[in-house]
Amino acid sequence: MEAETDNLKATELRLGLPGSGASDAAPPESSRPSKRSLNDHSQAQKAQLVGWPPVRSYRKNAMKAEAAGQLVKVSMDGAPYLRKIDLTAFKGYKELSKALEDMFKAFEGCKGSDYAITCYEDKDGDLMLAGDVPWEMFTSSCKKLRIIRSSGSESLKK
Amino acid sequence: MARVEEAGDRDENKEEETSWWSPEAVEGGRGGEGPSGGSRGGGGGGGDGDGGRPDTQPQPPPPPPYSDQVLENVLENVLQFLVCRRDRNAASLVCRSWYRSEAQTRRELFVGNCYAVSPARALRRFCGARALVLKGRPRFADFNLFPLGWGARFSPWISAMASASPWLERVCLKRMTVSDADLAFLARSFPSFCDLTLICCDGFGTPGLAVIAELCRNLRVLDLIENDVEDEDEEVVDWISRFPETTTSLESLSFECVNCPVNFSALEALVARSPSLRRLRVNQNVSLGQLRRLMVRAPHLTHLGTGSFRSGIDEDLNATDLEQAFLASKSLICLSGFREVAPEYLLAVLPVCANLVSLNLSYAVITAEQLKPVMLECHNLRTFWVLDTVGDEGLRTVAKACKNLHELRVFPFEATEDSEGSVSDAGLVAISNGCRKLRSILFFCQRMTNAAVVTMSKNCPDLVVFRLCIMGRHRPDHVTGESMDEGFGAIVMNCKKLTRLAVSGLLTDKVFEYIATYGKLVRTLSVAFAGNTDLSLKYVLEGCHRLQKLEIRDSPFGDAGLLSGIHHYYNMRFLWMSSCKLSLNGCKEVAQRMPNLVVEVIGDRPKDLDSDTVEKLYLYRSLEGPRDDAPPFVSIL
Repeated sequence: MEAETDNLKATELRLGLPGSGASDAAPPESSRPSKRSLNDHSQAQKAQLVGWPPVRSYRKNAMKAEAAGQLVKVSMDGAPYLRKIDLTAFKGYKELSKALEDMFKAFEGCKGSDYAITCYEDKDGDLMLAGDVPWEMFTSSCKKLRIIRSSGSESLKK
Repeated sequence: MARVEEAGDRDENKEEETSWWSPEAVEGGRGGEGPSGGSRGGGGGGGDGDGGRPDTQPQPPPPPPYSDQVLENVLENVLQFLVCRRDRNAASLVCRSWYRSEAQTRRELFVGNCYAVSPARALRRFCGARALVLKGRPRFADFNLFPLGWGARFSPWISAMASASPWLERVCLKRMTVSDADLAFLARSFPSFCDLTLICCDGFGTPGLAVIAELCRNLRVLDLIENDVEDEDEEVVDWISRFPETTTSLESLSFECVNCPVNFSALEALVARSPSLRRLRVNQNVSLGQLRRLMVRAPHLTHLGTGSFRSGIDEDLNATDLEQAFLASKSLICLSGFREVAPEYLLAVLPVCANLVSLNLSYAVITAEQLKPVMLECHNLRTFWVLDTVGDEGLRTVAKACKNLHELRVFPFEATEDSEGSVSDAGLVAISNGCRKLRSILFFCQRMTNAAVVTMSKNCPDLVVFRLCIMGRHRPDHVTGESMDEGFGAIVMNCKKLTRLAVSGLLTDKVFEYIATYGKLVRTLSVAFAGNTDLSLKYVLEGCHRLQKLEIRDSPFGDAGLLSGIHHYYNMRFLWMSSCKLSLNGCKEVAQRMPNLVVEVIGDRPKDLDSDTVEKLYLYRSLEGPRDDAPPFVSIL
């Protein structure tokens, strides 16, 4: 029983980078200002500091994803229809993970014995495990998301 | 001379001069006396202005008129070999004859604050100037602390230059506003013009670049570095196509910051007909496949900015082909770009790593594992800029591989106060252990300890520039919970050559006492969210005799601190204080007591200036008094 729980933990839906702890820190907010604006409304809940940390706007702008939005399909095994999600709305894997969980709550079913792995299809059409590469790289290569669910550990042995 | 440093701060580490600034020196002396050497600002360069002045001897009978002329001719021939402006400033103070000869032979006019002297005055003295190097706004302007339209326009300078002399060859501007009209005027007025470098400037766009390309037939250098280039879609001009169809003299072309699509076939053709081209830095709209073609056209490049470093849509780029291109580029010593790096292609640069002196990966989102194979080959690296995504592990690899590293900059991928932060004290210690010859470091992090900073101060005694940015405000040593005073104290104590320092984290008045006591060579100091009382400011202004540039934000310093610097402000280029505890009265007092100081109070809106508290203060020495181009939100006291 212990081993099974450990297995479940090992395969639960987690999108942290390999080796990172399961920290529950609130995902950091990064600003998306236009070239000359100082404040972004989406950061209203934090006291806004102009020019801190001292990074030039040139650099800040360069770090932003080029795409204005990036909608990808999300499929989940057993769900009757797919969803679409905007990858650029998230700052990292944790946020994405939470959003996916919320999205597919209705289909959790027997949560205790099910586990889910989040995969994605990249530019080459290969099915990859989400979480291996830095977030920025993931968003630029991800074409489709796929959540694989299964009960027991059989599917992992494929 | 091959320039291997990267963007921006080429001049930062050069010694500041104060000597030529003194009013008497600029005006050419009073009456029969030569410019007085003793009028150099106090405290600065050690004892001079004593005996040995030619005018104190009894005058011999005047020699025949022409031997003065002969002497000056001889002098001019000798002085033209003096290039360094500090040496020239010293030479100009010897006597009037030397002053005149020096003025006539100075070819590069450097003005560190464009408002310190008027174009007319500067060009009247240095009528032979062929190169203008001007700096406008101070560094804090990069962080949105200066409202737009504050000033520092290039127009008055280029107009004055056109009246003074048609021989202008080179212009280098930092943090100034340059319009398309200015660029057009420049291109039309100076037939010998050949070298334009714009760093962190704004106000121009592709139309201005087009005129430069088209009309400057002798153009050798066009370097556009981190400028805010206007790119309104309707007005984007294909400036690359405007270069003359014939063979060009281009040696350097950098346009990473011109973020518009580029006409690639025009660019390729341009490179093909520019046999002298040695430095090429393209923007991120150039794909990897396109880059490869450019490299094939220009195998003798020494500096390459790689653009996106990602293959374009529908581009089928073979990694081997790319590697071949790098193999053929045997002269490459400086690599940058990597704006959207596709890590699977990164290994293509391996063939050039051993020769690299400078590598800028600060826009490349890569992990430590991806960095490693490249880093391990870079034995000769002197300058390395990187993103913190490589983590402490990546820094360990750097420490292992780059024993000759002089400059390291670690930038944050997420520049917010509460991001995860992938580098820490561990990475700093690793660097200090491996890179003993380090001279300059800029390090952004979320966690730091005094112990790590102390270790660096001992391992890297040659440090000239130490800039540590702990991104969380007031953050203490994350192990001991203490302030970061001791760490920075150790830096000023042990790094005896330190001229530039930026502090951060939780800091009390104590750290400023350390800086004042030990940081005798410090010229530039950046302070944010630090200190407890006016004592901090007082220490620094009284103790740091070489201080030239002091920028402070969000620190509890008031009028008493401000007034304690009155004896020193004429020796400084500028003082910036924002969100401190200054009052209008305090600033007015400084303005009244120091007539050659321009004291600007800046508000975000004109009505902010009515308040008794001063939100933003910018003061600087000037020969011209209040400037006449101040916008409504600036009040000059």
